[in-house]
Amino acid sequence: MKKCLMPIWGSLFAVSTANAEWEVNLPVGVTDISALIFDLHMFVFWICVAIGFVVFTAMTVAMIKFRKSKGAVPATWSHSLTAEIIWTVIPIMILISMAIPAARALVEIEDTRGTEMTIKITGYQWKWHYDYIGEDVQFFSSLAQTSNEARRLGSDIDPNSVENYLLEVDRQLVLPVDTKIRYLITANDVLHAWWVPAFAVKKDAIPGYINEGWFKVNETGTYRGQCAELCGKDHGFMPVVVKVLSKTDYAAWLAAQRTS
Amino acid sequence: MSATAADIHDNHDDHGPVHTGIKRWLFTTNHKDIGTLYLVFSLIMLFVGGLMAMIIRAELFQPGLQFVNPNFFNQMVTLHALVMVFGMIMPAFAGFANWMIPLMIGAPDMALPRLNNWSFWLLPFAVVLLASTLFMPGGAPASGWTLYPPLVLQTGDAFPFAIFAVHLLGISSIMAAINIIVTIMNLRTPSMSLMQMPLFVWGWLITAYLLIAVMPVLAGGVTMLLMDQFFATSFFQAAGGGDPVLFQHIFWFFGHPEVYIIILPAFGIISQIIPAFSRKPLFGHSAMIYAMASIAFLSFIVWAHHMFTVGMPLAGQMFFMLSTMLIAIPTGVKVFNWTATMWQGSLSFETPMLFAIAFLFLFTIGGFSGLMMAMAPPDFQYHDTYFIVAHFHYVLVPGAMFAAIAGCYFWLPKWTGHMYDERLGQIHFWLSTIFVNLTFFPQHFVGLAGMPRRIPDYAVQFTNFNAMSSIGSFGFGLSQLLLVYVIYKCVKGARKATAEVWDSPEGLEWTVPSPVPYHAFDKAPTYTPRNWGG
Repeated sequence: MKKCLMPIWGSLFAVSTANAEWEVNLPVGVTDISALIFDLHMFVFWICVAIGFVVFTAMTVAMIKFRKSKGAVPATWSHSLTAEIIWTVIPIMILISMAIPAARALVEIEDTRGTEMTIKITGYQWKWHYDYIGEDVQFFSSLAQTSNEARRLGSDIDPNSVENYLLEVDRQLVLPVDTKIRYLITANDVLHAWWVPAFAVKKDAIPGYINEGWFKVNETGTYRGQCAELCGKDHGFMPVVVKVLSKTDYAAWLAAQRTS
Repeated sequence: MSATAADIHDNHDDHGPVHTGIKRWLFTTNHKDIGTLYLVFSLIMLFVGGLMAMIIRAELFQPGLQFVNPNFFNQMVTLHALVMVFGMIMPAFAGFANWMIPLMIGAPDMALPRLNNWSFWLLPFAVVLLASTLFMPGGAPASGWTLYPPLVLQTGDAFPFAIFAVHLLGISSIMAAINIIVTIMNLRTPSMSLMQMPLFVWGWLITAYLLIAVMPVLAGGVTMLLMDQFFATSFFQAAGGGDPVLFQHIFWFFGHPEVYIIILPAFGIISQIIPAFSRKPLFGHSAMIYAMASIAFLSFIVWAHHMFTVGMPLAGQMFFMLSTMLIAIPTGVKVFNWTATMWQGSLSFETPMLFAIAFLFLFTIGGFSGLMMAMAPPDFQYHDTYFIVAHFHYVLVPGAMFAAIAGCYFWLPKWTGHMYDERLGQIHFWLSTIFVNLTFFPQHFVGLAGMPRRIPDYAVQFTNFNAMSSIGSFGFGLSQLLLVYVIYKCVKGARKATAEVWDSPEGLEWTVPSPVPYHAFDKAPTYTPRNWGG
């Protein structure tokens, strides 16, 4: 029990230097689309804050001002057409202001024209399979051994001691930067969903369907995500890790894969 | 004819139950007895479903697996939802409907009393059947309450039993819905017009129509699952030319109206309580009815917003995004009207009012996250994360469940004839409100930061907020024991309640004595809307 509690108290009360532990918001991400989605998210968030401020203030003022204990005498009115028109029309206008950028973004997200390469992603219970279409390179990508050992019931391995616990794989998906990449996604057994928050890409992998989408990563680096659709007992243990290289490094990597 | 019957049976009020002991409850056709059965059943299920939530939260207290294996975790996720939705919250509102609708519309009982008995008594069997799947080879269904194929078809021996339990729960709901519609339409006192009906009755009338419309769709969907598994059909199996996404469309065609089936009776209860403690008529009575009817209509054309990531065509995503955003308008009208009801009132803050005000604030927060998720592009990020878990728990727990608790405190004196312990009620309120926020607010953060839902273990950066959430949930669970004690104490006996209970609330239910006689309104009462002098 003591072992269970120690890291919790430590993490709850210690001032954390690694902000990831207190992350409260979406990532801005590394694609134009993820930045667009982040902006939309913040836009609607601030609209909600503004509406919430008005409504909660009204409720709070009513609770403070119109208390029976302070001798408030109840009014007898029970409708006002003007008020009702106002609080129907204003929300409609707010909704329109939200719908227009959202619709624009949706059109942009669904625009799969002009892609430069294609990968095929297939979900399995419980790993991902990646196929570089036309390149003769394909492989499975499963949870890394270090995480796999630590995550067992009664393993006695502290997850905090494992690097990238549950977010590391044995073979990463390697892709080039600044390239419009089309992905085709399907599943072999049950539903899965391929999600990389930094790309703002989440798409269901469905047996019998081949879904399509695209992303174009602006920065090299390693990006981590997870399966996002319940797919059985090891649903929590099939991460997605994408390593984005410069175009030349990627070409070298691809050549090495072909020869090996 | 009713006059003749009343002449022969003078003084119906004095008649008690025909049977005593257990037989009273097994054979009862009295709406008050059946209402009590529903409510007690719902309270028991709160703790059954709650225990499952505690197992989930205990496992998620810190990263790594400490208590349960992933498969059992998924079974808990599935059963927690099914028990809470079909066993706790829907029966709770059915209990309020049974108790209060006849009293509010001046009816002697429900229109179809034997059907009423059967509607209730299906529930314990259905839930026992569902719970028994835990002990079957392969365990309970572990596919989430959405029962998506192909995963649900990997369930072990439990599969047909779980499906049959869902059938029974659906049959129970459909019969209760039929009963409620017939009662409202036929047994309402002739002097009360439809538009004069209290909002709780309206909320339930609309809910009942929704139930009749969508429960058969769910039954059809799960029956097709059964056929796929045992009769070699391929409704949802891609290998046989079927379509796994079709099930999602069927499920959410049921599932989205289902969320309004849960929230409209809650809206109704809140619309009774806020005017009573504001000492002021409900603002925009007709607008509130139209708002509920609009929400009900819209609920049929928004279902695929649960499915933005399945790969719908652009036009489909656009339609479901825009139709979903429309729901904000009638929902906004309701929140604004409740606020306007409080404005210039004379407010007092007894426990029912406290829970109703918490509902206003916290349901609105759930509404905001709902609005955010209506937008398809950000939903690609929110979908299937803890953000959605936070959203629907905000609308279901401090939303629907707080409304049920508020209604319980509001009408408990009417039912039992005793006042509940106000001090304990207020303690229960503050504990519940603090812990419910501690439980669910941090879930917004981990969801946005990237934690998927329905996972038994998580990356270490999510530890802090999950630990908070777990502590909150244990506190919330324990706080509900206080509710049981308050109810027990009230039933056992305390200060006598008057017929009006509160400060002259409006409605026929307050014209009968507390506790309500076993038979009330043998003759249709005359309903005269209150003249507020305005």
